[in-house]
Amino acid sequence: MHQYILKRLLLMIPTLLGVAVLVFLMLRVAPGDIVELKYAGTGAFAPKEVLDQERAQLGLDKPLWHQFLSWMWGIVRFDFGNSMWTGRPITYEIWIRLELSLELALMATLVAVLLSIPLGTLAALKQDTWVDYFVRIFSIAGLSIPSFWLGIIIILGFLIFVKWLPPLTFTSFWVDPKANLTQLIWPALAVGYRYSAVATRMTRSAVLEVLREDYIRTARAKGLWERVVLTRHALKNALLPVITVIGLEFAFLIGGLVVTEQVFNLNGIGMLFVESITRRDYTMTQALVLLVSFSFIFVNFIVDLLYAWLDPRIRYQ
Amino acid sequence: MPSLLEVRELKTYLTTSQGVVKAVDGISFDVREGETVALVGESGCGKTMSALSIMRLIPRPQASIVGGEIRFQGRDLLKLGEEEMRRIRGAEIAMIFQEPMTSLNPVLSIGRQITETVEAHHPLSKEEARSRALELLQLVGISDPAQRLAEYPHQFSGGMRQRVMIAIALSCRPKLILADEPTTALDVTIQAQLLELMRDLSRRFGVALVIITHNLGVVARYADRVNVMYAGKIIESGTATEIYRAPRHPYTMGLLRSVPRLDQPRKSKLEPIEGQPPDLWNLPAGCSFAPRCRFVVEKCAQEAPPLRQVEDSHHSACWVAETLTQ
Repeated sequence: MHQYILKRLLLMIPTLLGVAVLVFLMLRVAPGDIVELKYAGTGAFAPKEVLDQERAQLGLDKPLWHQFLSWMWGIVRFDFGNSMWTGRPITYEIWIRLELSLELALMATLVAVLLSIPLGTLAALKQDTWVDYFVRIFSIAGLSIPSFWLGIIIILGFLIFVKWLPPLTFTSFWVDPKANLTQLIWPALAVGYRYSAVATRMTRSAVLEVLREDYIRTARAKGLWERVVLTRHALKNALLPVITVIGLEFAFLIGGLVVTEQVFNLNGIGMLFVESITRRDYTMTQALVLLVSFSFIFVNFIVDLLYAWLDPRIRYQ
Repeated sequence: MPSLLEVRELKTYLTTSQGVVKAVDGISFDVREGETVALVGESGCGKTMSALSIMRLIPRPQASIVGGEIRFQGRDLLKLGEEEMRRIRGAEIAMIFQEPMTSLNPVLSIGRQITETVEAHHPLSKEEARSRALELLQLVGISDPAQRLAEYPHQFSGGMRQRVMIAIALSCRPKLILADEPTTALDVTIQAQLLELMRDLSRRFGVALVIITHNLGVVARYADRVNVMYAGKIIESGTATEIYRAPRHPYTMGLLRSVPRLDQPRKSKLEPIEGQPPDLWNLPAGCSFAPRCRFVVEKCAQEAPPLRQVEDSHHSACWVAETLTQ
């Protein structure tokens, strides 16, 4: 098992390296560069020499391989460089936003898990009754309603009916948990609802499938309480596919909540991502892509560990 | 000996997209304390559904018990509440299933799957339950039980898993064990071992055994009494000797002739039963076996023959039972 964990951790390195090469090249294929965009924004005329000088300052005049290697050399020393746009260290720029994005992703996941597992199980147990229909409509609605729209509706609902607006400035959880939660619970609900839709449907079908298994009949024949049959025997088996879905969604949430962040005025990783791409902020975008890839790989790793923990057939291979 | 289980006119119907199937169509049989009774028949004749009806574990909502009584120690199981029935399952009546490969939960250790049964019926501490599980594994002949308790089903062979199933079935010292084709999925050599084990243990603990099988060899060796089923009905019943010596139903005769026997010359031919297995959605008006029967008379197509006494304890559902000759 330890060997397996070590192997998985080491395998992350070539994967991330591949991602690094790809994002580096793709960014440079995109037309325009940060210097042009900076000056285009001011509306003033800038002579070519000024632009070239700026480029030289950012190291953009060097050959591609040189740029890539020096970037890589930095990463090895955990030095991601400075943002080409703001000039501040990238680790700082990401760090101040990561807390928010991570917290939001965790809360949305919590909302999704708390909604989807009970609802999906209930729907499976009451298959083809009004409970099941209700859950299915609820989850289809979740799939079809974009979370930013739901976010807008939540905000408007508060404004119109309670004349109250969720706080618009971020307070760290460690500073004031109450203020922090009153701000983040609403985007977490909006995102978590959509997120739960997929997981609910997954839970429902997995539980339905497992309930038809022979070992469930055995469990009942042993005279176990229905509650035990459901939790110990059915859910433990049914959760495997659900965990995969939840894990992948979680990784997506870290960098993918662009519009929801806009709606709730949250300065998170998603927003930073879009900004840095439109500004051709190469160093920032590269670092963000690496961060998101790392989250995906890491979450997958955790999911695999959970699998092994839940299913002995995997553990002993 | 008093009857432990009395099944009377049990009817279990299945609703399918093509219509209603009378999977179990008014069967009656008794199981006395400590004896071994066989339910014999080809697949689809309703034997599994009968056993699941006794456990009240028929697949819902497709199947439902529409009539009859299942009296166990004098109580009608069909009238019990869910919780009362739960207390009987596993504790008083246990069941062993056909597929050892899928009947154990793959994600729970063998030990857990035994102890949870004990814990569901007796207030035992974890330690007591564990030592009980250990004892049970020893009883069913699993070597190195202490280590194997912590292992998982995929680390056991089919035969070993079925031994575990037997251990689970015995864990609460039930009065009755229903074994649904317990050895069908296993190698022939292992089949014999397991059947011997089941017989020894059931004798030792005085457990009555209902063996559901299509294998007449099993019946001859292990059963005290036999009920032959065809298309949801019991068409012949009696002691194993009676049925072997002088079957009184054309279907039973056919079954016996279609099985190779060691006590007959090697060159004697096996005779399959003519015709198709019954179409359960479309059974003929009279005797269900009539279309395949060599001894058919006019009355067979009009009226289904009732199960009636032909000798002491020998019953047959055939109009011409007395005149049948090999």
